[in-house]
Amino acid sequence: MTSERVRVVRAWEWARPERPVRREVLAALPEQEEAKSPLLFVPGFGHGAWAFAEHWLGHAADRGFPAYALSLRGHGDSEPAPDATLRAYTHDVTQVAASLPRQAVLVGHGAGARVVAHAMSRYPARAAVLVAPVLGGWGTFGAALRRNPAGTVPAVFGGGLRLNRRQLFSRELPDADARRHVARLGRAGRRAQWQLLTGRQPEPAVGRPPVLVLGSPDDRVLPATALTRAARRYASAPLLFPGMGHDLMLDARWREPIDAILDWLDKDPAPTPG
Amino acid sequence: MSSSTDLGRPEPDPTAVPSRDDRPVSDRGDTVCVIGAGASGLTAVKNLREAGFGVDCYERETGVGGAWNWRHDRSPVYGSTHLISSRPFTQFPDFPMPDDWPDYPHHSQLLSYFERYADHFDLRQHVWFGTEVVRVEPVEGDRWDVTTRSTGGYGPERTSRYAAVVLANGHNWSPKLPRYEGLAEFRGEVMHASSYKDPAQLRGKRVLVVGAGNTGCDIAVEAAQQASHCWHSTRRGYWYAPKYVLGRPADQVNDTLLALRVPLRVRQWLYHWTLRLTVGDLTRFGLPKPDHRVYETHPIANSQLVYYVGHGEITPVPDVARFHDRTVELGDGRRIDPELVVFATGYLPRFEFLHGRVLGDEDGSGRPRLWLNAFTAGHPTLAVVGLVQPDSGIFTISHWQSVLFARLLTLRIARPERVAAFDRRVRAGLGERYSAKVKDSTRHWFEVGHADYLRALQRALHELEENK
Repeated sequence: MTSERVRVVRAWEWARPERPVRREVLAALPEQEEAKSPLLFVPGFGHGAWAFAEHWLGHAADRGFPAYALSLRGHGDSEPAPDATLRAYTHDVTQVAASLPRQAVLVGHGAGARVVAHAMSRYPARAAVLVAPVLGGWGTFGAALRRNPAGTVPAVFGGGLRLNRRQLFSRELPDADARRHVARLGRAGRRAQWQLLTGRQPEPAVGRPPVLVLGSPDDRVLPATALTRAARRYASAPLLFPGMGHDLMLDARWREPIDAILDWLDKDPAPTPG
Repeated sequence: MSSSTDLGRPEPDPTAVPSRDDRPVSDRGDTVCVIGAGASGLTAVKNLREAGFGVDCYERETGVGGAWNWRHDRSPVYGSTHLISSRPFTQFPDFPMPDDWPDYPHHSQLLSYFERYADHFDLRQHVWFGTEVVRVEPVEGDRWDVTTRSTGGYGPERTSRYAAVVLANGHNWSPKLPRYEGLAEFRGEVMHASSYKDPAQLRGKRVLVVGAGNTGCDIAVEAAQQASHCWHSTRRGYWYAPKYVLGRPADQVNDTLLALRVPLRVRQWLYHWTLRLTVGDLTRFGLPKPDHRVYETHPIANSQLVYYVGHGEITPVPDVARFHDRTVELGDGRRIDPELVVFATGYLPRFEFLHGRVLGDEDGSGRPRLWLNAFTAGHPTLAVVGLVQPDSGIFTISHWQSVLFARLLTLRIARPERVAAFDRRVRAGLGERYSAKVKDSTRHWFEVGHADYLRALQRALHELEENK
């Protein structure tokens, strides 16, 4: 867990509240209300709510979980926001989470996991799931630079971070699908991209949510060491899905990770000791 | 997240150990009792639940929301009540209000916010509605006997024993009525602002509004729109701050300066200067010159009052000296003839179910002696939540007070030495104040500056958690 302490005085957040925007929220609800905690899926940079609408939303609803996915500002069908910061993204997540009927489970993918980590200090999530979490730092940057220099270098100069389909998907996914997904990718705000490297680390989570970390050892965006480190931060070991790409929710074997997440939630994980 | 102490409703258990005046006392184990399900009570329930405690909350009304639940007779809100502090200062720090709400939401939005908070965190199952607390008595082992009955005094009393108690019964329900000579002979209508609900009550009448709190100013503005004449009587000159300055909610501008750590004197100077540019010199309207600097009384945020004074719809007058049968004599000897007098003279905190001594109020003055306005010496399992009059939103403060109390209760078992250190801190800090010097009034003792207060609370939280 982060060593930083709880911050009570948040003068800048009070004095300069985030600008409200129109946000895209997609939902899939179970046919029968089963009193299960709602899930809120938070896509990573470049992705929108569509990435979860493809398979995971429907599957979660089939298993009785009310499932929601949002597009961070500037992504998907949410309002454009070229100047968005990590704080603005965090605001988007806490706004949607607080608008749900009951305490939500936050599921963040990629850099969306970093946003979820921030949101956990501003909203007491029922639980949190970090999928292939890109929590930032220079190590991640180095890995991206080695594996995809052409897509990463422009990001240093304020361009968009471009991910290619070999990074995101395994070879099992049909090429047509992979191309279709990659064509939908957008880009995150310039400042948010930088903050992923240089920004403040998340404050401690409120409400002691249990945290599950999962990913693939063959992820070509997130090095396996970074995955382990992310899990250790939340005092656990990552759940591994070998052979999958970074986008676990879109890859050919998308069913395995989501089933693992829902099984974990069905076991009603205990809050972290406080 | 269930807890082993979650025993459901505390039926009086005949096998329960101790008894009190021959009545059985049901032992609720580690459960914590929260009195009141208003904003402060709800956040106490939520934060104690989050820390793993079982909670019984008693609420005398039939719904959550406390002061903001306009449906019951003790609610001080009136039709046009809007927030004084803007949204970011008002919301709970971990449950944001929708960002498409206005900067200053209406009171009905506030109630819906609390109802959503209660549903979101599933709090209602811990609340006993329609139940009032009659007595709270300390017993051995820092535990508490809480005696309750149905609201209105129906049904039998019953007593339950709790591990800790949170007092969140609010401080805006017991009207404070000043005494005036001749008030009994006055033939006109007299009411306290607590019974003011609708501007129709003012329509076509000659109205005198007494008091320049935020409520008094709101009612004066409504009287200006509805009544045939409006006098507004104030004890002294005040700073009437507009709700917007420099194109932004005024408190957000103010906290920009706080965030930049601009010293108080400089902020006061900037504030005076901004007011001079926007509101202007008030004495030209006949308003008295303020006898204090800004930040030295509870801030009044009202953009409309000065506007209506400028349009001649409000006549500012000095303090009321005495009442005659048809007229009111003012401090300067003038006489006016209102048909309706509205006393917007505020409310007093009351803890009638608790002996004053417990809260350090030895002489019965009604002023508890507390540290952080929440903790009392010698009773480590008692906390008062929400007994603050901040220059900003109150719910943020209630939230952190109850977080601190929940952490304290958690550490009682694991780290008793830390709790002992905290108790020493409480004793040393009783009666500590968290604001610039404020003008004396019956409420000034719990006036706090939100930044000073929350910094002190943050320090206390960090001290408690250190090297954990």
